[in-house]
Parts: sequence; structure tokens; C-alpha cells
Amino acid sequence: MPANRFNGNSDYGVGIGLRVPHYRHIFEKKPVVSWFEIISENFMVDGGLPLKNLDQILERYRVVQHGVSMYFGSAEPLNRDHLKRLKALVKRTHTPWLTDHLCWGSVDGRYSHDLLPIPYTFEAARRAAQKIRQVRDFLEVPIAVENVSSYAEFHVSEMTEWEFLNEVVERADCGILLDVNNIYVSSRNHDFNPYDYLNSVSAERVAQIHIAGHSKFQKYLLDTHDHAVIDPVWGLYARAIERAGPTPTLLEWDDRIPSFNEVHHEALKAKRYFPAELKAAS
Amino acid sequence: MNLAQIQRAVFEVIRQPLTPSQHLRPRLPDGRSTRRIADAIIKPNARLASHERLEIYNQQYWFRILSSFAEDFPGLRGLIGVRRFDKLSVAYLNENPSHTFTLRNIGANLESWLRRHPEFAPGVHRMAIDMVRVEWAEIEAFDGQELPRISKEQLAGLSGDTAFRLQPHLHMLELAYPIDDLLFRVRRAEHSMVSNAVRKSAPRGKVRKASLPRAQKTYLVVYRLQDMVYFKRLTREAFVLLGALGKGKSLGEALQASMPKSPAKVEAFRKRVRAWFENWASLGWLAK
Repeated sequence: MPANRFNGNSDYGVGIGLRVPHYRHIFEKKPVVSWFEIISENFMVDGGLPLKNLDQILERYRVVQHGVSMYFGSAEPLNRDHLKRLKALVKRTHTPWLTDHLCWGSVDGRYSHDLLPIPYTFEAARRAAQKIRQVRDFLEVPIAVENVSSYAEFHVSEMTEWEFLNEVVERADCGILLDVNNIYVSSRNHDFNPYDYLNSVSAERVAQIHIAGHSKFQKYLLDTHDHAVIDPVWGLYARAIERAGPTPTLLEWDDRIPSFNEVHHEALKAKRYFPAELKAAS
Repeated sequence: MNLAQIQRAVFEVIRQPLTPSQHLRPRLPDGRSTRRIADAIIKPNARLASHERLEIYNQQYWFRILSSFAEDFPGLRGLIGVRRFDKLSVAYLNENPSHTFTLRNIGANLESWLRRHPEFAPGVHRMAIDMVRVEWAEIEAFDGQELPRISKEQLAGLSGDTAFRLQPHLHMLELAYPIDDLLFRVRRAEHSMVSNAVRKSAPRGKVRKASLPRAQKTYLVVYRLQDMVYFKRLTREAFVLLGALGKGKSLGEALQASMPKSPAKVEAFRKRVRAWFENWASLGWLAK
């Protein structure tokens, strides 16, 4: 796998999200997996089974941390307690890069626990970039930000989502965790061409790619991570690989989780889009 | 509107409880129209009005925190019933939005809130408080810190000046009811509900009134051993001694406070204390 400075110059292939229903299979069968992505917040605890399980995983596998509550896009300052706990976890996992979402989710110290879309303004881009730099400096690990699925757009937006993403990552000099399923979901919800998005992203900054499934409702798509990846999303993935080169890729499956083998098999389909010489090696 | 004002306005709307049909409420508590707020901030599209787009986030917010809260307090749900539990959940979470990055702490204020709101657990208020205390202690014990333990061998060499620390994951609860028994019953009932879908007489969502426990002082320790959370009942005497150690009293001070006044009973007390300490050390409760 080609590496870049946004993924710690590491050489990771196709991984899957580490989820509790798979622990027994992983510990007993010890399957070969390129790497696991963990949700950082699940392990930012003081002790007990979560950390014991994590340590067991770390003995055998490579792990990358993915966060859900840094909220780079929130207008309020970063949460210092959160950062300290996150740093302790970074020291434990030795994650070569760390990802979280380009979104907001907290106001006045109250948390939504959701990934809310940011108004695409220069003010918001400036603030988000500043916070990403602060986090990177504190954690001393490369940061990549993920584009989120969204269901609403703001009147005050001054640019498209992909222009906003580029504006933020250029200002912060950070990487991108490109979620092609999120691009697809948002494109359907906001009536834009997903390839316009994909073709505009700074390809050299893509540190990692997410693939996932979603749910279709009558008037919108919802990012539920409870299905296999659909063909149009694989199409976007193929284009992302064309532009960014073979990139560490992660399948997210968070609800109605099938067996480990089914999830892993679905993830490994990503290798179909790698250049021939990398298919076997990865 | 600047970024902070937009986010504050959006958050106020999406954290409003849903209507009974699970839609966005037309007004905020101060009377402002949520549609107007949405129209001013959110663009509509060809399929959804501004408020309908915001409603998706409103629904997701509540579905997520209600689901997490229900997972944490199955015993309370079994005690007061599903309908009352749903009402309590919305009222509590509306007054106590999450203040930390993790949903693990969503129930942290439930005990104090429920003490002020007996109307959500009519007839079983005190029992419900006990249940919440036990369920919250379980959460704390599950992933609380573990300090290096004092072994049984180390115990033998300690003097009366020694001050112990109890494990941070250990919680001591003085309860008005033997609520641990009830919690086990609720869990068994829940398990049979999910594992035996075609049963004709499925257990009801609420514990029958006749099978509720009678009041009985119960001294419960909730702790973790080998990554599992356990309950252990103590006698009042042992509970008081352990509590004194937990408050930082030296071994000598704690024993002095608990010692029987009658000299005839002192020897038997000493024997009991020795057995307690050996047991507590073997369970890993005593820390350096």
C-alpha cells in the first residue's frame, strides 16, 4: 500500500471496524486481518474489560483510532479532559494516524452525540482548522478528518461541501478520511453529483477511505452502517482509488452486525479495485 | 447569525422531545416556532421542508440517547413498567442533557433527579431509587480504575496504623430493599423474552406488584473481579468497618469504632474481622 504523511507513512491494507459481537471469533480463531479500526471513545475508560480486550487485540493486530466526538466544527473550545484521555489511548495503541469527523455536535458543554453538518463558511473552516492543529500538536500524531453524511444544508453556506473540506484540510495541513458512502448519501440528500465531489477532493491528502452501507427512506437516505456496500458506492470507491491510489480502507458495519466472516468478506471486496500487483500483496 | 448562534439554535431545536407521533414539536418551551427557526437556518429541498430536514436530527438525537439510557437501566424499566419508564426517560434526559463525550455517563444524575421526582415511580419510589443506585454502580464498576491489590499474605504484615484504599471500582450501597434480587429477576425475565419469541405467556414488561420485595435493610457491595461485575451483601457490622476504611481511617481507628463494648464479645469480633479481611483481600477490594 502506498503511504503518505497523513497516515503516518504506514502501509495498511483493507481493515474492518472492531466490534464487540466479533470478539469471541477474533480471540478464538485469530483471523488474518490487515488492521482494525477502533472507536476511540469506547476505550477512553479507566479500566476493566474494554481495555483488557483492547490489549489482547493489540498483541496481535494493528489498530487505528477513529473518534466520534472531537467535534472540530463546534464553535466552543476543545474539551481538555477528552484530549487527555485520548492521548493516553494513543500511547496505548500507537495508532499511526488518528481520525475524527468534520462536524459539530456540542454546544455550551452539552453533547448531541451526533455528527451534525457544519455551515460551509470561511469562519467555520478557520475555526475547524485551528482546532485540528491544536489536536495534532497535543496528540503528536497525524490527523485525518472524515466527511459526514448530512440531511440538512444551511442558508449561510458560502461554498460546496467539497470546497469546504479542501479549505479546512489545506488550512490545517491535515489528511482526509474519505467516506465514499457518506458522499453518496449526501449527494442523494442534496441533489449533487457525487463524482463532482470526489473529483474535487485533494487526492494527495487522502489518508484512509471508509466504505459502508446505508438505509433508504422515502425522502432521504440515512447513514446507518447496517447493510452491505451498494454498487454505486463501490463505483465511487473505484474512482477514489483511481485518484488517490490504493489507500488504507475500512468497512464500517455498526448495526445488525453479521458474522465476522461476512463482514470481513465484504470488506475484502475492496481489493478488486486495487492494481493487480497489489491485490495479492495486500 | 454567527457559527455559535447557529449551532445553539439548531441544538435547542433538535434536543426538544419528540411529539407522541415522533415528530418535531411545533414550538420551543419559550413559545418560538421551530418551523420559523428551521426556515431561517436550513435550506429546504424538493422533497423536504426545512423543519423536516431538522426533524431527522431531532429524531436521531432522541432515538440514540433513549436507546443508550434504556440499555443502562433495565431494572428500573422492569420495576416501573415500560410506559412509565419511557415518560421518565424523556423527562430526565430533557432536563439532563449529556455533558460528556461519552453516552456512558448519561445516567449519572438519575438518582438525584429521581429523588426530586417521585411522580415518575408512584408507589415504588424508594425502591426505584435503590434500583437506580445499583444499576449506576454496575456501570461504574464495569470500567472503573483498578489499583494494585493487597494480597492475603501482605495483609498479615500490616499494623494498626495502616490506611487502606478501596478499589475505585468498588461501590458500597446501603439500600432500603434487597433490590439485587429483583434486578436478577428482571434480567431473567428479559432474557426469556428475547430468547423465546414464540412463548404463549411471555413475561410482562413490569414486575408484578405481589412479587415486589419487602423493605429490608441491605448492605451491598458492587465490585469487579476478573473483569466481571459482582454483587456481595455484607452484614451491617462489616459494612460499617469497610466504609470506615474507605473514608481513609486507619485500620486501628476503624476497628476501634466498630469494636463491641462488651469484653465478652471482643474475641468473636476479632475472629469475624480476620475472616472479613481475608475475604476482602481475596476479592481484591483492598488496594495499596
